[in-house]
Amino acid sequence: MTSTNGSSVGTQRVKRGLAEMLKGGVIMDVVNAEQAKIAEDAGACAVMALERVPADIRRDGGVARMSDPEMIEGIKAAVTIPVMAKVRIGHFVEAQILEALGVDFIDESEVLTPADETHHIDKFGFTVPFVCGATNLGEALRRVSEGACMIRSKGEAGTGNIVEAVRHLRNIFGDIRKITQADNAELFQWAKTLQAPLGLVQEIAETGKFPVPIFCAGGIATPADAALAMQLGGEAVFVGSGIFKSDDPAPRAKAIVEATTHFRDANVLARVSRGLGAPMTGIAMDEINGTQRFAERGW
Amino acid sequence: MNLVVGVLALQGAFAAHAECVASLGVSVLEVRTPEQLEDVDALVMPGGESSTMSQLLLSSGLFDAIAQRIAKGMPTFGTCAGMILLASEVLDGRPDQRSFGAIDISVRRNAFGRQIDSFETAIDTPFGEFHGVFIRAPRIERTGSAVEVIGRLGDEPVLVRQGNVLAASFHPELAGDARLHEYFVTTMTTARKV
Repeated sequence: MTSTNGSSVGTQRVKRGLAEMLKGGVIMDVVNAEQAKIAEDAGACAVMALERVPADIRRDGGVARMSDPEMIEGIKAAVTIPVMAKVRIGHFVEAQILEALGVDFIDESEVLTPADETHHIDKFGFTVPFVCGATNLGEALRRVSEGACMIRSKGEAGTGNIVEAVRHLRNIFGDIRKITQADNAELFQWAKTLQAPLGLVQEIAETGKFPVPIFCAGGIATPADAALAMQLGGEAVFVGSGIFKSDDPAPRAKAIVEATTHFRDANVLARVSRGLGAPMTGIAMDEINGTQRFAERGW
Repeated sequence: MNLVVGVLALQGAFAAHAECVASLGVSVLEVRTPEQLEDVDALVMPGGESSTMSQLLLSSGLFDAIAQRIAKGMPTFGTCAGMILLASEVLDGRPDQRSFGAIDISVRRNAFGRQIDSFETAIDTPFGEFHGVFIRAPRIERTGSAVEVIGRLGDEPVLVRQGNVLAASFHPELAGDARLHEYFVTTMTTARKV
């Protein structure tokens, strides 16, 4: 999209650029302006505006949809940092509405109830950038081929359990490491195995890295969880239920911000992990039956 | 001579800056602590969220350490949020937001709008046309008499210098063009080392 004075908006470079700006930061789920202020005060680099955190979506059941525009606008007005919001997988009209509201990033998210069980949104058609979840490299590359400008692990949102996010990050970065060692003939096979576009697989082999930033989401509840995600290769973290479902959100939020920046410094991690009160209780994976596993949504 | 350029790595686009500096064959060090700052000859402050970085600068003890180094003449290059951190006056920031006051400019945070208004365009500079990527970019609303305007977008300043401090409201690290980093390293940093 080019304007008359020669400047362009909504280019891949501009959209991926905002993802670059969020690296090393913490994006926090907030459900109202008051929580958004707490998040910004604690040093969040962005907030995700939604009506219910994933733990409550899980508890309540039913259909989870895009949030009320009034609530999103209230959060936009409360903070100076970027505001993200979620749409259902495949629900491009919810995305059109969020773009019209001027949100800074859209999360096409498995945490909400999918609107389309075959197609994801054509994200090239939007000026606003999109982030999508992935459990493995093939899924991540398919989302990039649809125009996603940031990938996050799906993890298992609303559980306070990091095990699934670790699995997803290891899947993604493990396969990236293997592809950088593959020869040309093997790259064709990688594309087939991953069900991903050959050109993107070749790009990874050439550059040695994924085409867009990869962040961690789904199950982060402690500063140590955030640092684990960063040491495994995550370039920033999303924290959903982990902050506002804990006993004392503000100090925990600040501690997770410090841990994400100083993720390799065990002395800092030890200091910021002290005296935070109880984290969210959390759920073990074998306590969740198949239909309640958010990570299995998306294709 | 073994020049080391630091990139402030508390939050933001530090990885892209480090790549740009490394592409010039110069040693790069990510800086998150005052100890790491002691090992660098110059510092790049990336884009990101200036409010987040301001807090992390204070909690890490880097704020005072960097202020002292800048006062002693350390060459410093700030882009976008990094420019906000270097400015003498920040408009539309958070009330508790700190800046170094290292360059006499007034900048307004996110003055070019939200992400849907972010854009890329050509900028006039002494090195020729430069591709500018502006992301939720700040605006330079005033420049002091000691400030040299190096690059403009239309009539307004977007690249400015005062002594050893260089500041841009756009993102040269995202444009795949290291000429501005080269200017910073060769003209501003090397000259000082000799």
